[in-house]
Amino acid sequence: MTFTLHVWRQAGPTAVGGFSTYEATDISGDMSFLEMMDAVNESLIERGELPVAFDHDCREGICGSCSMMINGVAHGPMRATATCQLFMRHFNDGDTIYVEPWRARAFPVIKDLVVDRSAFDRVIAAGGFITAPTGGARDANTILVPKSDADDAMDAAACIGCGACVAACPNGSASLFTGAKIAHLGVLPQGQAERRERVLRMIAQMDEEGFGGCTWHGECHEACPKAISLDVIARMNGDYMRALWTSHEEKQEQGAG
Amino acid sequence: MSTRLDARIPDGPIAEKWDRHKFEMKLVNPANKRKHTVLVVGSGLAGASAAASLAELGYQVKCFCFQDSPRRAHSIAAQGGINAAKNYQNDGDSVYRLFYDTVKGGDFRSREANVYRLAQTSLNIIDQCVAQGVPFAREYGGLLANRSFGGAQVSRTFYARGQTGQQLLLGAYQALERQVGLGRLRMYPRTEMLDLVLVDGRARGIVVRDLVSGAVTSHAADVVVLATGGYGNVFYLSTNAKGSNCTAIWRAYKRGAGFANPCFTQIHPTCIPQSGEHQSKLTLMSESLRNDGRVWVPKQGGDARPPNQIPEADRDYYLERKYPSFGNLSPRDIASRAAKEVCDEGRGVGPGGRGVYLDFADAIKRLGVETIRERYGNLFEMYERITAENPYTVPMRIYPAVHYTMGGLWVDYNLMSTIPGLHVAGEANFSDHGANRLGASALMQGLADGYFVIPYTVGDYIGSTKLERVDESHPAFRDAERGVSERTATLLAIDGKRTVDSFHRELGKVMWDYCGMARNEKGLTYALEKIPEIRAEFWRNVDVPGSAAELNQALEKAGRVADFLELGELICRDALERRESCGAHFREEFQTPDGEALRDDQHFAHVAVWQYRGDTQTPERLQEPLEFDNVHLSQRSYK
Repeated sequence: MTFTLHVWRQAGPTAVGGFSTYEATDISGDMSFLEMMDAVNESLIERGELPVAFDHDCREGICGSCSMMINGVAHGPMRATATCQLFMRHFNDGDTIYVEPWRARAFPVIKDLVVDRSAFDRVIAAGGFITAPTGGARDANTILVPKSDADDAMDAAACIGCGACVAACPNGSASLFTGAKIAHLGVLPQGQAERRERVLRMIAQMDEEGFGGCTWHGECHEACPKAISLDVIARMNGDYMRALWTSHEEKQEQGAG
Repeated sequence: MSTRLDARIPDGPIAEKWDRHKFEMKLVNPANKRKHTVLVVGSGLAGASAAASLAELGYQVKCFCFQDSPRRAHSIAAQGGINAAKNYQNDGDSVYRLFYDTVKGGDFRSREANVYRLAQTSLNIIDQCVAQGVPFAREYGGLLANRSFGGAQVSRTFYARGQTGQQLLLGAYQALERQVGLGRLRMYPRTEMLDLVLVDGRARGIVVRDLVSGAVTSHAADVVVLATGGYGNVFYLSTNAKGSNCTAIWRAYKRGAGFANPCFTQIHPTCIPQSGEHQSKLTLMSESLRNDGRVWVPKQGGDARPPNQIPEADRDYYLERKYPSFGNLSPRDIASRAAKEVCDEGRGVGPGGRGVYLDFADAIKRLGVETIRERYGNLFEMYERITAENPYTVPMRIYPAVHYTMGGLWVDYNLMSTIPGLHVAGEANFSDHGANRLGASALMQGLADGYFVIPYTVGDYIGSTKLERVDESHPAFRDAERGVSERTATLLAIDGKRTVDSFHRELGKVMWDYCGMARNEKGLTYALEKIPEIRAEFWRNVDVPGSAAELNQALEKAGRVADFLELGELICRDALERRESCGAHFREEFQTPDGEALRDDQHFAHVAVWQYRGDTQTPERLQEPLEFDNVHLSQRSYK
């Protein structure tokens, strides 16, 4: 198959970007989208041009590195599929394909299709965890988790942190990402002690990073390679309201002895 | 130099060694811990868990990864599960049995004391992970669920759907980010270690390249922990992530760290077969599928009928036939070789005849499609996405692929390499799996090392060593930085005709053809001539575009492939010198009459440790003798 690609090229964070047009020739339907990009890059290098920079790693749809807007859709046309798991058999021979980086204020472009998603790490650092220092954990089977709760937690925990939700959202909101972590930890009995602080801190950090608010477009769910449910956002909002209603004072710690 | 290495295994009965050793370790006063800096390179299960645990203890920790976030380390892709000797199923499991299975599964080429400790700490790992909120699979009553895995006859594998590695890594990553948030740990993503710095014979820091700006800088420390994963990408096609590389451990090797058993590379039996020359990586289908899937090929070569039209009588369920007691759950090395054998006989299926069926028809009949969907739904989806075939109705096609490397930097019982102050954790070290790793044991080892071994042994090293103050102004750092910058400049200046990938593919093909599932003297000798030729052409004719002062992925790849081109040679040399078959290392010259691996315990019951002696000299082969006081040396049998 042969494709005409319009690929966003941008030399650096402050450089002016624009589309460059490349022909991808001799492409097999069994090639993944990234393997097609590999082929384009090999031919660019052979022609003495700079290859297109893009993030990728596991190529099994789980690491969350790959991040391409394909014809204006985060991760392209297949539902619940990351770019690396998108195969060229889903395109028609001769198609024109536009390839762009994630577009969001909180994800500045580093180069070409590579963006800076470190804001996600900072949202997790703000509260996306259960405090359980190494050592001293009690026997695992003393904590009973009903199967349906474990399943719900796992559904939310399946998030791969790729950022497609942000890229797809007209507001550039990270609510699906943040809600997924809040839901994962908040469903489990282990996550209850920090539930209130968690939602307050993560949402504050989300705002600080420049992510927009959620206005229920639902584009995030449509773009999500793991099809994370919008329920996680509802849950986050519920936790947030509850946290705001409950007054809470830090008690002073007293020295002993 | 002595040709025998001392693993510093503590005295006493095997079940008491670790507890006794922990008691005898030197402690570091809480107030003093913050005066010591520990560098952790890699943020996978071993790296993230070590970094988080060390920061919790109060050390100054810096953690480095080449990915854009620590959460993307390749541990994330592990599917099947994690072993632990909890015996929650009351099916006869115990620490001793997990220890026994692992030593036997490794074909008696691992160190008993380490393996026993691994089995012991497996209990703590599950507790730790559950406390962090890892959403393991549960029974309806709320208790943890287990499944069985290759090489074991008990159900001791804990899992989170087909995404166990992801969930365990996110647990460790969240613990790590918590420390980042508390200001106790500094994370350096998109940063690649390019050299190890020694001062007075001790590891005192690293030189890194910022992959965004290209800046080359140094970080000084008291201890360096390498948790940089395996080197399976030396084969080009493997189940590893594209970025997985050997550079950190290879630079450490060239600074004097011994490299142990490089030829112990595991070929995983259940991967999706290659579809064409464009293939950039191979995708694993979890071994857990072998719980319910039955492996077969047609009895007759050239049988072109679609699988569903081949009657039972014309099928050969060769694993069940050859290994009746383990059947489809035979260990990885055995299942892989058996697949190669039937394909070599011309009975393989799919493009190029390099594939065997993994059939779920019986399991679907027995358990119903819903149960199968619940157990393996995401794996089936992934398979269909890649192959455009529906495994609920058509048997999967699978073929072995490079997956894991048991070899790695040599470490003693404290996980310290031959360089004092350089510790190595997870897949990057060689320690626990011998010549073959059992399924669901990699996650266990990564977390055992990171959560429960490194935090103790690093403290012991700091507490018992007089460490002079060293900072980045030391000339050793200047020298190493200069070396890194010069190498980068050299790669960019070659301006040849071939891309980095073309060299990587060429190397990978030589490795797979002559040092893959089966090896022989003739092939290895050929590979040892061929690889230096490819390497010489690489340094003469590679084309690395762009500059050093920017994000330059071709340059990153070039540096990694240059190292693979050296490591590949060492792997072949090690495979040639080990004149026996054991586990994943199968030398065609050494096999039993029925084609199984034939060990030579008299001459090879040791770890081969390679010591670098300069680029123009053959490395020296040292030995660590292995003693089996608890699990008696025997011919492995899974029949």
